[in-house]
Amino acid sequence: MTVLTPEIETAAPPSSQRLLKELPREKLAWMLQRMCEIRYFEEKAEDLYIRGQVHGTMHLSIGQEAASVGSIATLRPEDLIIHHHRGHGHTIAKGANLTTMMAEFLGKEPGYCRGRGGSMHIADIPGGNLGATGVVGGGIPTAVGIALALQMRRTDQILLSYFGDGATNEGEFHESLNMASTWKLPVVFICDNNQYGMSMHVTKVMNIQHISERAASYGIPGQSVDGNDVLAVYEAVLAADEHARSGQGPSLIDLMSYRWRGHSKSDRNLYRTPQEIDEWKHKCPIRRFKQVLVDGGVMTRDEVEGIDQTAKTAIDHAAEEALTFPEPSPENMEAEVYAP
Amino acid sequence: MTANTTREITYLEAVREAMVQEMRLDQEVFLIGEDVGTYGGAFGVSKGMLEEFGPERIRDTPISEAAIAGAATGAALMGMRPIMEIMFMDFLTISMNQLVNAAAKMRFMFGGKCSIPMVIRAPSGSGTGAAAQHSQSLEAWFVNVPGIKVVAPSSPYDAKGLLVTAIRDNNPVLFMEHKLLYRMKGPVPEESYRIPLQSAEVKREGRDLTIVAYSIMVPRALEAAEKLAVEGIEVEVVDPRCLKPLDVDTIARSVSKTGRALIAHEAPVTGGFGGELAAVIVASEAFDYLDAPIRRLAGRDVPIPYNRTLERAAVPQVEDIVAAARALAQEGK
Repeated sequence: MTVLTPEIETAAPPSSQRLLKELPREKLAWMLQRMCEIRYFEEKAEDLYIRGQVHGTMHLSIGQEAASVGSIATLRPEDLIIHHHRGHGHTIAKGANLTTMMAEFLGKEPGYCRGRGGSMHIADIPGGNLGATGVVGGGIPTAVGIALALQMRRTDQILLSYFGDGATNEGEFHESLNMASTWKLPVVFICDNNQYGMSMHVTKVMNIQHISERAASYGIPGQSVDGNDVLAVYEAVLAADEHARSGQGPSLIDLMSYRWRGHSKSDRNLYRTPQEIDEWKHKCPIRRFKQVLVDGGVMTRDEVEGIDQTAKTAIDHAAEEALTFPEPSPENMEAEVYAP
Repeated sequence: MTANTTREITYLEAVREAMVQEMRLDQEVFLIGEDVGTYGGAFGVSKGMLEEFGPERIRDTPISEAAIAGAATGAALMGMRPIMEIMFMDFLTISMNQLVNAAAKMRFMFGGKCSIPMVIRAPSGSGTGAAAQHSQSLEAWFVNVPGIKVVAPSSPYDAKGLLVTAIRDNNPVLFMEHKLLYRMKGPVPEESYRIPLQSAEVKREGRDLTIVAYSIMVPRALEAAEKLAVEGIEVEVVDPRCLKPLDVDTIARSVSKTGRALIAHEAPVTGGFGGELAAVIVASEAFDYLDAPIRRLAGRDVPIPYNRTLERAAVPQVEDIVAAARALAQEGK
């Protein structure tokens, strides 16, 4: 089966060329910068771990930057996201403060969750990031409730609900998509399809070609998209946003990409070949977007590399600062469990 | 509480009245669950509410207990105050990921920057011939999860006052409604009132021993106490009403007075909440006053059987409480 290892085009398809002209230059620059920040954040995270400066686990999304940035770039500031354990990309794309985020990764008191959540559970609630869940598919039913509140309150906000390919085999996925579609809730279900649920390739755990085919059983639109093409992601998710915002209900968008790193820090990649990983590294979404921007005459090579360097510097500064932050105190933890 | 507005209603009506009054006060309160609308709820608790509040706030759902729990959790995260009805407490098994891993943990896990004000109404308990998958009392599971509160009222008055408090609480509250108590009648004020969660109540005073009982075991313990009084044994019945947070002081004070404690609950004895009650009594000032070992009278370690005789035998009945209390009253004398 070849469907879920799509040959990613190195040149942008026609839709991207159109978007390249339609989107303001600042927006495109914003997208590139966020993608670079995600890459550098995760490389820094990995580096800190190797140097023994991180206590806990982490799940890296290196190689999937176009999916989180292209989708969140479609949102209005007041829109919301809920996501999953591989969530650094969504968090940065939603506008997280990099130092506060790095502090949470390091388990520091000034972190987003005061060191209680860590890499897997970063939430920035005032910023519309309603948190990452570590149980596969566990955010999807919660997304139904968030979207229900948006609908009952007659807002025109929408929610992006992210989960991985493995989550679409969970019962919670089925219950939630059925309920959300029945009630036409303002949510877009986004599958960050990196092709592996830990060691299991999608072709070993489902008998369909595209995850988006599952949309048919809920009577909602479904689309599988080249998740390494940030503009293709943008275009597909924007259409789904409008569908949701106009009261027509959810869609299922399958963003096909690939994770370069292992599932988590202990993965020895026994289930795939180095050749396969290298092939996908050649389809790097950041390098590709830079080329599209240069070829499309939006920016010069120096300008895209300048953005890249700005992102790298921002991450270096965030890490330097966060490393100096204080540890949380174990006193009175019980008092934090319940709201007054 | 004024006498002229108090009348006798059932436990079921008290639960409904608490919901109706809170929903009239606050648009953010809504009821969500299977067949809560036209059907009026599997036990009729929400009968008539659809007519008053409409289908958006009396929200019928697909048979999807995980998504129901998720819908409540997500709406609560947004600041609404959902009341989720699970048709039978047993079905919470399907909701557990949302309740245990999401609702209970979000506040702490996200650094205290959100709250989850929701109520999980769960008809519990045996005695209706519904067999093993529609009769359980699963409170011990939830008590062991930081982030959830657990309430188990034993009378119409307590049901209304505690449910109002639970709806106003800013945390997930599991509200256990024993199916056999639904028809119990008792005095309940018409106006809204609140009972603090962490407040045990002495339901009957006595000098010879304390029975700590909650939910259906409270009326059974009170009936047992009547019978024992005839024999000259004066039983004190203490109802924690809320298992978490637990009012240890009221329980310890009673056991300090009587020197003897019998704990009664319907859930299976092994790993049941009775073990926790015994532990907090032993760790309290009451330890010095104990004249006999603490005894537990709980459900047998079996699934609830269908057959009437077997079903009765699986959980403590009035005669079991009488026998256990009588024995404990004599123990060590």
